[in-house]
Amino acid sequence: MEKKIRVLVGKAGLDGHDRGAKVIASALRDAGFEVIYSGLHQTPEMIVEAALQEDVDVIGLSILSGAHMTLFPKIKKLMEEKGMNDVLLTGGGIIPPDDAKALEEQGTGKLFGPGSESGEIIAYIKDWVAKNRS
Amino acid sequence: MNNGYLDKVIAQKKQWREAKQQKTRDRDAKFVTVSSEPIKDLYTPDDSQDVDFFEDIGFPGEFPYTRGIHHNMYRGRLWTMRQFAGFGMAKDTNERFKYLLEHGQDGLSVAFDLPTLMGVDSDDPKSEGEVGTCGVAIDSLADMEVLFEGIPLDKISTSMTINSPAAILLAFYICVAEKQGVPQEKLRGTLQNDILKEYTAQKEFIFPPEPSMRIIVDSVEYCTKHVPMWNTISISGYHIREAGSTAVQELAFTLADGFAYVEACIERGLDIDEFAPRFSHFFNSHIDFFEEIAKFRAARRIYAKRMRYKYGAKNEKSWKLRFHTQTAGCSLTGQQPENNIIRTAFEAMAGVLGGTQSLHTNSLDETWALPSEYAAKIALRTQQIIAYETGVVNTIDPFAGSYFMESLTNKMEQEAEEYFERIDALGGVIPAIEKGFFQRDIAKAARKYQDEIEAKDRLIVGVNSHKEKDEKLDIPILRIDEKVTKEQIDSLNKMKTGRNQVSVDESLNQLREAARDGSNLMPRFIECAKAYATIGEMIDVLKVEFGVYKEPIIF
Repeated sequence: MEKKIRVLVGKAGLDGHDRGAKVIASALRDAGFEVIYSGLHQTPEMIVEAALQEDVDVIGLSILSGAHMTLFPKIKKLMEEKGMNDVLLTGGGIIPPDDAKALEEQGTGKLFGPGSESGEIIAYIKDWVAKNRS
Repeated sequence: MNNGYLDKVIAQKKQWREAKQQKTRDRDAKFVTVSSEPIKDLYTPDDSQDVDFFEDIGFPGEFPYTRGIHHNMYRGRLWTMRQFAGFGMAKDTNERFKYLLEHGQDGLSVAFDLPTLMGVDSDDPKSEGEVGTCGVAIDSLADMEVLFEGIPLDKISTSMTINSPAAILLAFYICVAEKQGVPQEKLRGTLQNDILKEYTAQKEFIFPPEPSMRIIVDSVEYCTKHVPMWNTISISGYHIREAGSTAVQELAFTLADGFAYVEACIERGLDIDEFAPRFSHFFNSHIDFFEEIAKFRAARRIYAKRMRYKYGAKNEKSWKLRFHTQTAGCSLTGQQPENNIIRTAFEAMAGVLGGTQSLHTNSLDETWALPSEYAAKIALRTQQIIAYETGVVNTIDPFAGSYFMESLTNKMEQEAEEYFERIDALGGVIPAIEKGFFQRDIAKAARKYQDEIEAKDRLIVGVNSHKEKDEKLDIPILRIDEKVTKEQIDSLNKMKTGRNQVSVDESLNQLREAARDGSNLMPRFIECAKAYATIGEMIDVLKVEFGVYKEPIIF
């Protein structure tokens, strides 16, 4: 049997907007992924620790609070410190295109803005895992 | 209405439908509302035959207020144009407030940043990246003094969107007014102060539901005695809808929350006719025009009947559901953002035709960032065009008597009543929250909506239809200066070195005592505020006494 892709859907910071995170978490689950939802109000350390414990392939962060330029780099750095170089950090939310581009240049995966479809996200993750996880 | 007449209508409608089917064919589309409620092709007198003019519709300003809470509605006074604003440091938002007042806005509405909403100070590690980003950063009375500098609090009304630490912000406001020489009896404004929807939708909770309810009842009790013109709770459906609910869920869950506050205040021994006139509501106005108008009409009718007959309120003011409306942020698109101006205009007009008392119109850029000054001005102008150009304000509740509108209003009332029964069966609002009832229903509706978009059963212009190739975002984006965090923390530290630590500790000790002995916390918050204790310091004391809430994980 094919190994299920494991994804941590995370809400970092103080942001309580969880509509998107929950819709994506349930859509990924229905697409056959193993989904862990962090719950709200997690620190970057808690997110990375949970990702390590759960041995996930992917961390998907949802940020609608405007704190994306702080939280994505911080989580990326913590992942590097823990040697999680083969884990994808992706996400979405209220993130202007220029910011998404800047974060992608710093090593974050693709970020999905308003109007994205779960199909694109599923395809992107499957493709990344096929190419980067053995 | 005599039966012969209705029989004739029904018979002729049958013939008409046969003719319609022979001669025409409906498009291959789903004729449903944004909440997935099916809508018929035609409504006739038999669809609204249960509606009694005198009992169900009646006259504006008169029970059950289906047509509006005032006798003259907008022929008397227009709604209050109240744009929600806040970002950066207090001085930045103070400038935006002055700008909005200069451009004809009537009242202020403060957006706080997430650390403030969650009761943590700007120098807390949890606040990193969030200081001043989605609202204004307030740590203590010192910031609040800057926020309202040069704005006379006896002349302006202020709405403050804050919930878990709401009573603390009200204490700050009372102290700023006192410094301006304005007594608390004269203050006008609204505190959102609606914790129940935090557990179900907005998720900015701190304490468990029971102690949270106690703080709210404390603030209601205090205001009833000392700040009599203040709207103590703005019972909010807005966030429930934004979290993905349907229109009926928004209506039912919001009203159920409101009735839970009514019951909690009665249990405290407060007189319903003293506190209920200062309760207000806050609804979303989504894109489905008729469904929204029906929702507002149904809300007034349900509320009036329950307040009068179930809770025994005798004061007419206790029966009237006053409400603020905000257009639906979740209906806006990142794609072709200029189209959001049009969406917002339709939604705003539904709010006006639904009889709103105040209105916030969203800005075209809000799926990307907080509104730029340019976008915020267009949003305000949208309301002014509705008010002064379209003519919809000339007559009151113009859709009354429409077979469609009355049947839809009735249906929403019935479906809300069914929800009230289910909530009662679960033991009330708080047990239903703890069982995840609301959260599950809202998450299901949100997922269904997204699935409909992805299946193209529901078309959103620019998102899954009428897309533009290689679209580039070409609108100004408001950026919060990264220096804000550092400046705010510096200012907090400076404030702390200048205050009297003995009075801070003393006021916090008294707060702890009050939390334990059950006495009203409001006077204690005011004392802490005057000693320049920070929000974080006060909340930390209460976290030890009350504990923190962990929500059930549902997706």
